[in-house]
Amino acid sequence: MKNSSRRGFMGKAFGAVAGVGAVASLYAMKRSWDPLPSVKAAGFTTLDMSAYKENELVTEKWRGKPIFVLKQTAEMVKKAKSNPKDIERLIKVGNDYFMVCLGLCTHLGCIPGYNPEEKSFLCACHGGMYDFTGDVTKAPPPRGLDIPPFKIDGNKLVLGEEGPEYKKMLENGTTLRA
Amino acid sequence: MAHFTKATSLHDWLNQRLGIDTVRRVMATEYWIPKNINFLWAMGMVLAITFGLLLISGIFLLMYYQPNVATAFDSVNYTIMQEVGYGWLWRHIHGVAASVVFLIIYIHMFTGIYYGSYKKGREMIWLSGMLLFVAFSAEAFSGYMLPWGQMSYWAGMVITNLFAGGSLHADGLVEWIRGDYVPAQAFLNRFFMLHVLLIPLAILGLIGLHFGALRIPHVNNQDGEEIDFEAEAAKYKAGDKANSKVIAFVNDFMSKDMMVVGIYLIFFFYLVFYHYDFAMDPVNFDPANGLKTPAHIYPEWYFLWSYEILRPFSTDVGLIAFAFAQVIFFALPFLDKSPNAVPASRRGLFKFWFWAMLIDMIILTAMGKVPPEGLFSTIGLYAALTFIGLWIALPFITKFEKKV
Repeated sequence: MKNSSRRGFMGKAFGAVAGVGAVASLYAMKRSWDPLPSVKAAGFTTLDMSAYKENELVTEKWRGKPIFVLKQTAEMVKKAKSNPKDIERLIKVGNDYFMVCLGLCTHLGCIPGYNPEEKSFLCACHGGMYDFTGDVTKAPPPRGLDIPPFKIDGNKLVLGEEGPEYKKMLENGTTLRA
Repeated sequence: MAHFTKATSLHDWLNQRLGIDTVRRVMATEYWIPKNINFLWAMGMVLAITFGLLLISGIFLLMYYQPNVATAFDSVNYTIMQEVGYGWLWRHIHGVAASVVFLIIYIHMFTGIYYGSYKKGREMIWLSGMLLFVAFSAEAFSGYMLPWGQMSYWAGMVITNLFAGGSLHADGLVEWIRGDYVPAQAFLNRFFMLHVLLIPLAILGLIGLHFGALRIPHVNNQDGEEIDFEAEAAKYKAGDKANSKVIAFVNDFMSKDMMVVGIYLIFFFYLVFYHYDFAMDPVNFDPANGLKTPAHIYPEWYFLWSYEILRPFSTDVGLIAFAFAQVIFFALPFLDKSPNAVPASRRGLFKFWFWAMLIDMIILTAMGKVPPEGLFSTIGLYAALTFIGLWIALPFITKFEKKV
């Protein structure tokens, strides 16, 4: 009896030590899989917005992801202004309007293709569609293309920094934090 | 202390120390298999042999493969394929076996479903088998990343995105799995580790569990007959082999098993030498490019059915349907409410359920391969709904099944 209660105590003591060790090891393992600081630091891209042509999709790169830049024609801007949801998605730099979006389908991350005639995007993976402001027009994507954090700096756009225009988009739900 | 005597032979020396006679008796010569079975009962051995082929070819590939985003593609497509002597052989064996192993797994699974080999004490065989299916799926997916071609990259992108959980937006979890914002070096390295170490270890353990789960309930037979294995084994050991319903695993059953394996291996190496291309997606011969999606992203054929269950729905519904498809086969022994463990042909409505499920999965597989447009989209949607409907119907149709 005395013996077995001592063994019981030793078992419990070992269990407590092992439990602390297990939790600590799990934390270390979790941390080892986190993105490295060097990966997280390489996160800023500056775009010169005067270089783009109207209705011509250019794909830039930010954090390894494609960024769609589409300069809007006057006609597209007019059409976008008729729908407040659309115009809010566009970024005004100088007197020009741009669609700047992550070029990854919000469904499962394929890259949609742009059709300049139809002025729309089609994702070949599961058939999702977006209009020229990046807003979703056909399921399965649950929402429009995400807009990366940006800051307007004169004629330039800095991706990765959060300017007041981007914060406004977050607040009114135009985009999620990408 | 145990008593040891001077050994009379090497056999005796080993036997005194390792009990090799006992091991042989328990594992082979007195492990009983029913007589009343057919060639479909050889699929387990076919799978074990295929796993062996994957392991051996994998060891040779491992000696030249480089898990680095800059060199991985060339280490496979140039070094292994063109420089290493017979490197092409290991790669084609590995690629073909990875594909064929799923064909055999599906045959093995549907054999089990048809003959009711997942109930009356055989639940753990089914569950451990399903765990093996999941482990093989993870092994196939992680291996598919390694050549770092376009399909590797984009399959990696799409599958890891599933972990964002649709509207849950668990982007942090996705980035944690990748170790980066997109699949990159950290991603390739960790999937390499999973493919060559962690998952194979899990598979070996699960194979042990799967075999162990067979010991007590024994292998099922063609009529689902409950055999008194002890009584039948006694008859066999007494010399009445003709009237015994069982035979020894070795050599009786094994000789037929290896006959089927022999025929399988001829088919297998025919594929390796003359038709390896079916296991090599042409799109994956383009190096990974994060700025260009292939026109159509589709998984290897063995994942198409579950992919097609994901595809026709909006993100959240699709994810739920997909998750359902991934786990529902685990529940088979508990959703089948009938006490009958006999072939589906003698089970009334279940017979139709079995064939409907098999045909539906073939349709889902075919629709998963074609672009998601027009009529194909519609067929895919109905096939996905049928899949879910069949599982919901299963407890009801089996509950009212007549006892045979």
